[in-house]
Amino acid sequence: MGTSHIIDRRLNGKNKSAVNRQRFLRRYREHIKKAVTDAVNKRSITDMDRGESISIPGKDIVEPIFRNGAGGRRTIVHPGNKEFVSGDTIPRPPGGGGGSGGGQGNASPDGEGMDEFVFQISQDEFLDFMFEDLALPNLMQKQLKDVDNFKYVRAGYSTTGTPNKINIVRSLRGAYARRLALTGNSRKKIARLEQELEELKARDDLNDPVFRREDRIRELEERIAKLKSRISKIPFIDEFDLRFNQHLKQPQPSTSAVMFCLMDVSGSMSQAHKDIAKRFFILLYLFLNRNYEKIEVVFIRHHTSAKEVDEEEFFYSRETGGTIVSSALKLMKEIIDDRYPTADWNIYAAQASDGDNWNDDSPRCSKILANQILPHVQYYAYIEITPHEHQMLWYEYEKLLAQFPERFSMQQIVDAGDIYPVFRRLFQKQVHHHE
Amino acid sequence: MSERHFYAQRRKEPLVPPPPLPPIQERQPISTESEWSFELIERYNEEIGKIAEEFGLDTYPNQIEVISAEQMMDAYSSVGMPVGYNHWSFGKHFLETEKGYKRGQMGLAYEIVINSNPCIAYLMEENTMMMQALVIAHACYGHNSFFKGNYLFRTWTDASAIVDYLLFAKNYISQCEQRYGLEAVETVLDACHAIMNHGVDRYKRPAPISAAEEERRQKEREEYLQLQVNEIWRTIPHKHEEEEHKRRSQKRFPEEPHENLLYFIEKNAPLLEPWQREVVRIVRKIAQYFYPQRQTQVMNEGWATFWHYTILNRLYDKGLVTDGFMIEFLQSHTSVIYQPPFDSPWYSGINPYALGYAMFTDLRRICEHPTEEDKRWFPDIAGSNWLETLDFAMRNFKDESFILQFLSPKVIRDLKLFSVLDDDQADEYLIEAIHDESGYQTVRENLAKQYNLSNRDPNIQVWNVDIRGDRSLTLRHIPTERIPLNEDVPDVLRHIHRLWGFNVHLESVQDDKVLHRWNYPPPMLSEEDLLQD
Repeated sequence: MGTSHIIDRRLNGKNKSAVNRQRFLRRYREHIKKAVTDAVNKRSITDMDRGESISIPGKDIVEPIFRNGAGGRRTIVHPGNKEFVSGDTIPRPPGGGGGSGGGQGNASPDGEGMDEFVFQISQDEFLDFMFEDLALPNLMQKQLKDVDNFKYVRAGYSTTGTPNKINIVRSLRGAYARRLALTGNSRKKIARLEQELEELKARDDLNDPVFRREDRIRELEERIAKLKSRISKIPFIDEFDLRFNQHLKQPQPSTSAVMFCLMDVSGSMSQAHKDIAKRFFILLYLFLNRNYEKIEVVFIRHHTSAKEVDEEEFFYSRETGGTIVSSALKLMKEIIDDRYPTADWNIYAAQASDGDNWNDDSPRCSKILANQILPHVQYYAYIEITPHEHQMLWYEYEKLLAQFPERFSMQQIVDAGDIYPVFRRLFQKQVHHHE
Repeated sequence: MSERHFYAQRRKEPLVPPPPLPPIQERQPISTESEWSFELIERYNEEIGKIAEEFGLDTYPNQIEVISAEQMMDAYSSVGMPVGYNHWSFGKHFLETEKGYKRGQMGLAYEIVINSNPCIAYLMEENTMMMQALVIAHACYGHNSFFKGNYLFRTWTDASAIVDYLLFAKNYISQCEQRYGLEAVETVLDACHAIMNHGVDRYKRPAPISAAEEERRQKEREEYLQLQVNEIWRTIPHKHEEEEHKRRSQKRFPEEPHENLLYFIEKNAPLLEPWQREVVRIVRKIAQYFYPQRQTQVMNEGWATFWHYTILNRLYDKGLVTDGFMIEFLQSHTSVIYQPPFDSPWYSGINPYALGYAMFTDLRRICEHPTEEDKRWFPDIAGSNWLETLDFAMRNFKDESFILQFLSPKVIRDLKLFSVLDDDQADEYLIEAIHDESGYQTVRENLAKQYNLSNRDPNIQVWNVDIRGDRSLTLRHIPTERIPLNEDVPDVLRHIHRLWGFNVHLESVQDDKVLHRWNYPPPMLSEEDLLQD
């Protein structure tokens, strides 16, 4: 008879399937990317911190094997007969029915695999797939996903730690208490003995050596010395006394930020343009989300005049007509003055356009930016979504590059992969800042 | 066991059923709470082990592992391999399991047990104490003794080597991934999985897997195999080439049709690299390891269910568990052996637990309390020692033959089994037989046939390789009862093509007439189309 061995495995080998899961995601990356793209288009830009449900057509995911199909002649044994007797016939149900296999407890092979295969991906995976489209380098992907900006806050004391964290006052206080506790007995005895000794020495009427009890005095002195040496053997400070300051890591977003999204919605901006712009705004939002406790987003859209709108209207309503970019900049400046005092708010702005502007307006734009806006913002990014030649606006903005190299950047974008360079400078700045 | 496995095995010492226990004066249960602890598991296991011994169950040593629900899903999705190589399909299984479990659509199997020595059984931490005891009785003594005793497992698997072999396979495949890239390995694995069910010698006994041996000889094999392959494909011009060619072209290669597609490809595919052959071999060996399980589902589950029921009842008779424990147990047991009728929305075929349990229980009844009917149907076993008879049945049968031999009229009546003929040339289904005197034999034969693997997997064999010509591989499908292949065929052929490297054909042949022919690549495709594949 065999013996038995009982093992607790709960703590090891978790997530054994993680690798296989990755393999699965890798294999169906095209499906997943498409689902992620659709989700990005549907979601609000402030709603990127959750996963997504992915659905893959059953026929794409089935593992083919040789199997019996429907048809032919077969007998199947079923349980639970009620009224049939042998020789009965039953009309064939539409669609073949009967199936194949042999009733082994599995769904019939014919029906299998036609359903959608639905599963969840995590937020991390969602962002991974989104970033992949944007050709973001790993470092930046990591920075966008992690809240790695931590502040250490005090969290009491602990008995273990590194030497640099020793709390001297606490440690010494502990040592003192320990010494008191450990030497209490001896000190009491010393006090008693010393008193007796003093009394003996004080009796001057006993000058006579016979009565002076020299032996007793000597004995007392010896015992006192012994007790004192015992006390001195108690270490002044013991490892046991050491107390260390304990710190806890807390994510530390710094105060508040406002993000201005400016977009040209004139007739020349197609939905494809807007989708690229949306990704750009999402990136900026994720970036800010990581760094700030509180973020407000202001959407300003413009054609010949500018208007503050909600997100839905911002991305999805259509306008026609010409373009006056400065109207948006002016509105932004007004909103800043009105609601976002620069002392309290970190201001970020991203402007997306196809570069089309009324020519006389372009110099005005660069002037407003240079004098009224750029001095107050952390970062201003301009993306021009067009495969065509630049127009006046671009060249006007270019002049600002030299003047505000830290806080202004611009980039021409043809597809989503081009968005990253605009961000690079912003992130470099951020990394630098951390050091 | 070897070649003589078809001689019935019997134990050397006779099995004597333990006498019934006297009524209990006072119960002294091992535990009264539903919470389990390691000490309690140990206590229960000890008592269950004692009872198993009273009944003479011969088992491998047990290795009982307590795992979390998540780990159970892991184990589940690697199709019960304790160590599995990595593959996306296991990730797919995991996602399916996880989804079902999280939505509560599906309880996890409350146990997984591995045919290995020691026999590994997983207990889920969420289980109550009663469930743990049930699983121990079911898996550690029921399945375990089946693995050790049943002739298919003894012949086809080597329990002491499987874990080591799987470890070897996992390491080998991951080395290949590092050396040749994920993509290349995945392609081979995908292709092998597609014909895994046709990677077994059905009629010939294979050599058991031995990990140490595998590793020792793997290098040697690499070189040797390549030599062999080169031999087949040698094309040195002969003097009488014309005649030679004629003579050869009349002779097929292989001379006899070959049923093990994976084996044939491993040994003969002209273009495979040595590592690819090794991967094919690994999948083939694993297919072989699982082959007995596919053929003994009803028996294996029935045996384990019969024993958890018998053992826990005796635990109760000994006064070691409470009434509450038994009520909870009976509830689980009843749902395990529930057989929904054919017209129920929950019906998905015959529940192997229900059928197997009913058969073993009835077998015991036939031995202990035979009726006149039993004496007519089972003259040899009616009134015999039930423990010996069950042991004999467990050791020497597989589902198909077990049902053919032991499905009793009473079980047919209890389950109200009936046999339906579905002929696509007829307009209607025909009820061929039901649970009555004239139908028992037909129902029994048809149900047995239903568990015959060669009826469940289509019969496909290697027919010919055009050695002198375009090196194409021709497979032959012999339909049973005109049942055609399903629509996966072109995809499977594409996989086989990846392994074989040259054109692959499949013919459905009945009475020497080709009914249907598939080709890969399909004749229409141009070179460029192929390159894109």
